[in-house]
This record gives sequence, structure tokens and C-alpha cells, in this order.
Amino acid sequence: MKRLLLAIVILLLPALASALDVPQLRGYVNDYAGILSAGTVQQLEETLSGFERSDSTQIVVLTVPSLEGDDLETFAIRVAEAWLIGQKGKDNGAILLVAKAERKVRIEVGRGLEGTLTDLVSGRIIRGEISPRFKQGDFDGGVMAGVAAIMATVKGEYTATPRDLQQGKRSAPPLVGLLFFLGVACIVLGALSRVLGGLAGAAGLPLVAALTFSGLGVVALAGLAVAGFFLGMFLTFLFGGGGGGRGGGSPWGGTTYGGGLGGGFGGGWSSGGGGFSGGGGGFGGGGASGDW
Amino acid sequence: MKRIILLVLAALTLSGLTGCGYNVMQAQEEAVFAAWGDVEATYQRRADLIPNLVEVVKGYAKHEAETLTAVTEARAKVGSMQVSKEMLSNPETFAKFQQAQGELSSALSRLMVVVERYPDLKANQNFLDLQNQLEGTENRINVARTRYNKAVQDFNTSIRTFPNSLTNKLLLHLERKEPFKAEEGAKTAPKIKF
Repeated sequence: MKRLLLAIVILLLPALASALDVPQLRGYVNDYAGILSAGTVQQLEETLSGFERSDSTQIVVLTVPSLEGDDLETFAIRVAEAWLIGQKGKDNGAILLVAKAERKVRIEVGRGLEGTLTDLVSGRIIRGEISPRFKQGDFDGGVMAGVAAIMATVKGEYTATPRDLQQGKRSAPPLVGLLFFLGVACIVLGALSRVLGGLAGAAGLPLVAALTFSGLGVVALAGLAVAGFFLGMFLTFLFGGGGGGRGGGSPWGGTTYGGGLGGGFGGGWSSGGGGFSGGGGGFGGGGASGDW
Repeated sequence: MKRIILLVLAALTLSGLTGCGYNVMQAQEEAVFAAWGDVEATYQRRADLIPNLVEVVKGYAKHEAETLTAVTEARAKVGSMQVSKEMLSNPETFAKFQQAQGELSSALSRLMVVVERYPDLKANQNFLDLQNQLEGTENRINVARTRYNKAVQDFNTSIRTFPNSLTNKLLLHLERKEPFKAEEGAKTAPKIKF
């Protein structure tokens, strides 16, 4: 028992030792140390979001005023584990971390980029591009040059698929699942009345389309509404609804599928407002550290 | 109506089965093995770097033969160890493995202290690159070890608590896994500082 307790204490030690909280992910550039000019931040935000759109690779900058006694590498991996920069499955994220008081820099590299942005290359970027500029007090130039070098290194390693972009920005509701729930909703409502089933289709189909494909015109949505109405009626007819008949089965369908419907749409709506977030990329501690 | 009752009963039985932890424990054991795979890979990566490092240092620091030999020998010892999944539930061989890796770590850090005396070497591009790679690898080892310990902790807790403990005793017979212990004289895993 004593040994187990000891083991747990040892396992907990790193957790206790880590004093510095992981800051909130605000965007591509998170300048908590306040060392970058507004123009640089703006320019980097544009460059990096453009890079994510073309390559799906996420590169994020974080500056902190101090590590507060924390270890640079330990802090970096905690940030990486909290932010999940990079796309899920590709693990193509990188974080440029600057600790102002300690005068330390680190490039934390996601597993998927370790092949090109190796420790060696990361070290050279820090030694050759970032440190010399930081030594002269040119934080804007150093971060810009560092990010540019990282981008040049990993360019073309991955290309963005539409799925990545939707995952990165907001988790797009899956089309098939939504259509399934819609169909069930039509049948359940159609069990009460055929018109109600049609109306569910008329409202649901454009909604599903709007959630899945952004930028659909009003005309297209209206057309989908009409199509949805007839599809809803048809489904209702197909499954023998329309007031009574199989109505006895509805408590079964009503409870189970009703919950599914709410969940499906609820999830779709709530994630709609999200700004920038990590895509779920994994990190394994790769990268390099340096100072200035 | 009867069919519905039957279905509900079947669903309850199924959820009861998952409640005994049969699947959970096996998934957790696999998670331990996966985390161990990463630990092994990172240690291997370090071992692969060492010949290059020794070669570069040799060119500048011929008088440090002793330190260099220590590194080479520690590496050879690590390389000769048989590593297998079974080792994870055997405290003795696991301790041996950890000790051998620890010896290599301290031999390496001694080498890096020695290197401080050779400014030419410290300015060598080749050496700087190797240094970055070694630092990166040490950091990967740290991360992999922490994640492995976390997986082991989850697994060990799981097989010891009710009702999983019962299922394990009767059906699975999974063994407790060994976590990495903090190195003597250091709270965290050895770090190479330059």
C-alpha cells in the first residue's frame, strides 16, 4: 500500500510542479507578453489563416511574459496538449513559443510534421532566424522570420481538403446523419398527420443543406424546402403514417428518435459560432529549444 | 409488446457486460502497450543518435576518451537488452531496463559537461544540429514516459477497483504494469543542459 501511495505521489509530482496555467487560445497569434506590434499580429493572422486554408497545417504563435519557474519544454507540451493544434489524424501543427523573461524560444512540432520540420531544422530556424533578431530586440522581425521559415519548411507537406477546413473552423454536422434524423423526424411527425410530415421535410431539408454547405442562395433553399415538403409527404406515405394506423408504435419512435433529432441539430447549432480552434492534432515532444 | 421487453432485457444485459469492465480493461491494457511503444521508439531514437554524436565529439575532444567510452559502453548495454511487452509486468527486468537507460542518460550528460570546454566544438554546425536532435529526443523520451505512466496508472487503478478486479480475477488475469519511477537525485527524468 505504501508503495502504491509513493507511486501515485511520484506520478502527481509533475502536475503539482507545473505552476503556469495554459493560456486561452485566442487566434493564430497569442501575444500574452505584448512584444508584437498590432501590424505584425494582423499580418501573421492573415498569413497563417491563409496557410491553413491552403495546406490545412496550423501554425500558432504564443508569447508569455514569464514561465513562472516552469520548465520550457514541459510548458510547451502542456500547451500543445491543451490546444490540439493541427488537424486530427494528420497531426500537422506547430507552436512557436516565446518566453520573454527567460529569453527562451521553442518550436513545438506536431507528430505529422516531425518528418520535415525535424528537431535539426527547428534548431536551425531558432539559431539562424529567430535568435539573432531577438538579440537586437526585434521581436516582430524574429517571429515573422521564424514563422516564414516554418511555413517554407512544411509547405506542401499536406493539402487542405474541404473536410479539414470545416473541422478546423467548426465541426460540420455530418450530412448523412442529419438526413437520417430528418427522415425519422418526418416519419414520426407523419405518424400524426401527413401534412406535418411534409412540413418537417420542408423545414428540415433546407436546414440540413444550410448547415452542411455554407453560402447557399435563398432560391436554392426555397427549392429545397419545396422538395423537402414532397419528400416528407412521400416518406410518411411510404411508412404508412398519416394519422393513426401505426400510431401505436410512436412512443417507441417518439422517445428514441426524438432525442436523436434534438441532439443532431443541437450539436450543429452550438458549434456554429466558434472562432479559431485547434483541429485535434497530436504532439509527441518533437521540436527544438533555444535562447537569445 | 413482448418483443420490446425482450429487446430491453437484451440491452440491459449487454450494458451489464460492459459495466463489469471486461472491455474497458483490455482497452486500457492496449493503451499501455501503445504508450510503451512510443517509449521504446524514443529510446531507440536516442541510441541511434549516439554513434554520430560520439564521432563528432571525438574529432574535437580527443582527450576525453574516458567519457566517450562510457557513453559507448552504456549504449551497448542498452542495445543488448531484450525488450518485450512481458517486461512491463515484471518489476525486476523493468527496473533493469530503467537503470540501463538511466546510466546512458548520465553518461550523456557527463559528455555534454565535458563539451563545454571545447569552444570550437560548440561552434560546429554539425555538433549544434546533433545537440538539437539529442535535446529533442530527450524531450520526446520525457513526454513518452509521462504518457506511459499515465496509461499505466489508469490501467493499474482499473484492475484493482471493483467490479473490474473481480472480472480480472475470474476471466482476464491481466497483470499490474510497472510505471517509470523518478530517477534518483532528480524529480524529473534526466535532462541534458548545455
